Amino acid sequence: MAVEVRIPTILRTYTGGEKAVSGQGTTLAELFDDVEGRHPGLRARIVDEKADSTALRRFVNVYVNDEDVRFSGGLSAPVADGDVVVVLPAVAGGSL
Amino acid sequence: MTRFASLEDSVGGTPLVGLPSLSPSEDVRLWAKLEDRNPTGSIKDRAALAMIRAAEADGRLRPGSTILEPTSGNTGISLAMAAKVRGYRMVCVMPENTSIERKQILAMWGAEIVSSPAAGGSNEAVRVAKEVAADHPDWVMLYQYGNPANSEAHYLTTGPEILADLPTVTHVVAGLGTTGTLMGMGRFFREHKPEVQIIAAEPRYGELVYGLRNLDEGFVPELYDASLVDRRFSVGARDSVRRVRELLEREGIFAGLSTGAIVHAALAQATRSLKAGEPADIAFIICDAGWKYLSTGAYNTDLDTTEDFLDTQVWA
Repeated sequence: MAVEVRIPTILRTYTGGEKAVSGQGTTLAELFDDVEGRHPGLRARIVDEKADSTALRRFVNVYVNDEDVRFSGGLSAPVADGDVVVVLPAVAGGSL
Repeated sequence: MTRFASLEDSVGGTPLVGLPSLSPSEDVRLWAKLEDRNPTGSIKDRAALAMIRAAEADGRLRPGSTILEPTSGNTGISLAMAAKVRGYRMVCVMPENTSIERKQILAMWGAEIVSSPAAGGSNEAVRVAKEVAADHPDWVMLYQYGNPANSEAHYLTTGPEILADLPTVTHVVAGLGTTGTLMGMGRFFREHKPEVQIIAAEPRYGELVYGLRNLDEGFVPELYDASLVDRRFSVGARDSVRRVRELLEREGIFAGLSTGAIVHAALAQATRSLKAGEPADIAFIICDAGWKYLSTGAYNTDLDTTEDFLDTQVWA
């Protein structure tokens, strides 16, 4: 078992066109570090690394099992085997 | 009160109805606020009228003005009705991949439609509307994504109505589009009953809608303030359709597709509260009824076919 990470179209240049890749880790940060080992460059498009802080980039949304991680610990959000992580660009909503 | 001076005056004051079949227990209860009971059939009547009144009050809108708005449907429909009654011209910028009914209804109230490309969804509608606005500086773009009157309408009406009807409310669930509904209600509850959890249900579209543009050109509505939200769910078309059908079959409520995403999030919270053994009164928004989505097959086609169809649509 592993964690599945679904990749948006715009970032598939880093995954050889794959729509989803798998990784390991107990937090989102560990998971992205693990995935970066096999898909170099991907992490920097999702995570904004500054000298004093590391956070998700402003226009990137990440969901663990459909829940936005910005409300569940951000990069420290826990992940476990079997979880599905979805990475998506932020878009305007619809008729809501 | 059931008598009003005009149609516009009847906006809001919608019923909050219990859902005895979908509620998991006597202690964990779900309540639906029927926003389809507004004059043009959606919650957007609240925001649209508030934005028009604010623009009239500050002199931006004058007799004969043209209103321009990026919309995937409901806000445009609300504005078109009000514009018709008040004598304004209405131009909507709308993604081409929205349901045909929305275009038909807009045309019925006399709105003109500028189509924006399918790829990119509402982001593209916003971009195109800003271009059109630059070409026509005399047109008035109310701009629901950044207009404080949008969220103010929910701060002043939707939130207080829920608290008055359900003083024991513990959770409020609504859709996240312009973010106006959640921002207004969130601010109201933070001030008046801060323990109420504010839960957002965001539609997750197919890949076409997210487009191929650079990630740095993403879009977060100017109104959005994450501190007013406690949890945020992303809900795909399949789960939304499933929930819309469940609402229809078990409670008899005929709702639109964005409401399916909200029901999904509300049920997730209900399950969580039940497991934790915590009593909960979960109020959620029925954004509109299902009439405008009949052509999508969401109510009568098999789930796989419907999901495939909705994959390229701005369905919420």
